Amino acid sequence: MTAPLLSVAGVTAGYQPDLPIITGIDMTVGAGEFVTIIGPNGAGKSTLIKAVAGLLHVSAGRVTMAGADITNIPPHRMADAGVAYVPQSDNIFASLTVEENLRVGAHVLPRDRARQGIAQAWEGFPDLVPYRHRKASVLSGGQRQMLAVARALLTGPRLVMLDEPSAGLAPKMVDAVFTRLSALARSGVTVLMVEQNAKAAMAISDRTYVLAEGRNRLDGPSAALAGDPAVAEIYLGRAGRKH
Amino acid sequence: MLQALADGLMTGAIVALGAIGLTLTMGILRFANFAHSEMMTWGAYMALGVLTLFSLPTAPFGPLTFGWPLVLATLVAIALTVALALAVDRLVFAQLRGRVGHLTLVFASFGVALLIRNVVHLIFGGRATYYTTELQIAIKVLPGLRVMPDQIVVFALALVLVVAVHLFLQRTRLGLAMRAVSENPALAQVNGIALATVVRWTWVIGGALAAIAGVLYGVTVQLRPELGFHLILPLFAAAILGGVGNVVGAVLGGFLIGLIESFSVLVIPPGYKMAVPFVVLLVVLYLRPTGLFSGTSGGK
Repeated sequence: MTAPLLSVAGVTAGYQPDLPIITGIDMTVGAGEFVTIIGPNGAGKSTLIKAVAGLLHVSAGRVTMAGADITNIPPHRMADAGVAYVPQSDNIFASLTVEENLRVGAHVLPRDRARQGIAQAWEGFPDLVPYRHRKASVLSGGQRQMLAVARALLTGPRLVMLDEPSAGLAPKMVDAVFTRLSALARSGVTVLMVEQNAKAAMAISDRTYVLAEGRNRLDGPSAALAGDPAVAEIYLGRAGRKH
Repeated sequence: MLQALADGLMTGAIVALGAIGLTLTMGILRFANFAHSEMMTWGAYMALGVLTLFSLPTAPFGPLTFGWPLVLATLVAIALTVALALAVDRLVFAQLRGRVGHLTLVFASFGVALLIRNVVHLIFGGRATYYTTELQIAIKVLPGLRVMPDQIVVFALALVLVVAVHLFLQRTRLGLAMRAVSENPALAQVNGIALATVVRWTWVIGGALAAIAGVLYGVTVQLRPELGFHLILPLFAAAILGGVGNVVGAVLGGFLIGLIESFSVLVIPPGYKMAVPFVVLLVVLYLRPTGLFSGTSGGK
């Protein structure tokens, strides 16, 4: 493998400076790869991608994107670094119209590129077109997730990070969202996804990291990990023993 | 009856201008700024200061009591009020933001309010004063309805400003960014919106509107150091009535407060007029804590 697109080295982060949730996390994501992060509740999965996205302070370690250090850069500059992030909840602006949501997503782009990007978003997500001038609050859970993804793609990011895109969705919608994400990955965009739904996540991704109690536990090709009893053991809380 | 309607709309227009700034800062900065109405006092007195300092003539436009000098003085007052707002943010609120609970910010704003009011008192004295001693004759618009020419201009100007702010928020990139931050600051940042920029512009707009509202109040009523202190309750009532962060709501809330206040005089002694917005506020908080117009545009 060539140099990774995203590299996380020894990252420690948390909500309070003296109370780290994740400790010394190492992770790499290669260009064009689809990587998932799984692990039991409280493993620090969301904390990890929030730290990468600049929303939480990294107290130790380094985050680099295509070789450039992006550790602790403010979140509003992540788009320039080629990173897009879709939070787990409240990932759309409910009080704005669907089109305004896209315009916010295109905030950093020059006017003509913004217009072009939004036109592409309508093409890529035709289901959203009928709601163009309606408030995003009228959208269903699945549609909201699609809008959040469409919005994240507007800046043409090299890396898209998603925090539990299946959370709160009906099973049918989960399939639709995952199908969409694998198509996205096949189109060449690098995807890093945190998921509670471990089986489904491993089924569509190339590689998987398993976290527990804020530390790296396992990682490897998703296909191999999917059949590994050690993963189930981590979920069952027998995390103390070494694999 | 008709007179109460006209008076109510008049007060409402000024309250609306102040409430827009208040609702924007509350929505975006996430705390109740009790110093907001003091920026109206500051703006009104800064205009007076310019007029006095340069002993500008009144030079009224036609039947009005003011002319170019006041327009000029207002522009200077806007600049000085915006400067005050940015300075207070940098020296006080920015120091506290994100580090302390929002109640601390609210109390800090009380302190700022006291400071501004007393500085104005110190410089200009405590007596009520006016921009001009020109007398104005009310015109009879309809049987039973008399208005001053000034009032018509003030009302029209307030409407124009309200529409302008609305268009700004709806049509411009910065306006959209402000609405986005008002709903969800973290998500707005993730979208590449710099919070510091939005916060700065919120103060610029809030300060400018407060200065204009202060001058308009000075033109139609009078100047007193307690001008802002007396308006703070109507302002909050209007902003909360409209739903915090909701500009259209704040404007409607402003007019509603103005009208209720002026009609209340028909049924209760005028001495109790000041308590009316407070009662309205209590009733709204009890029945619909998110405001009457919440969910129509912006705010949560």
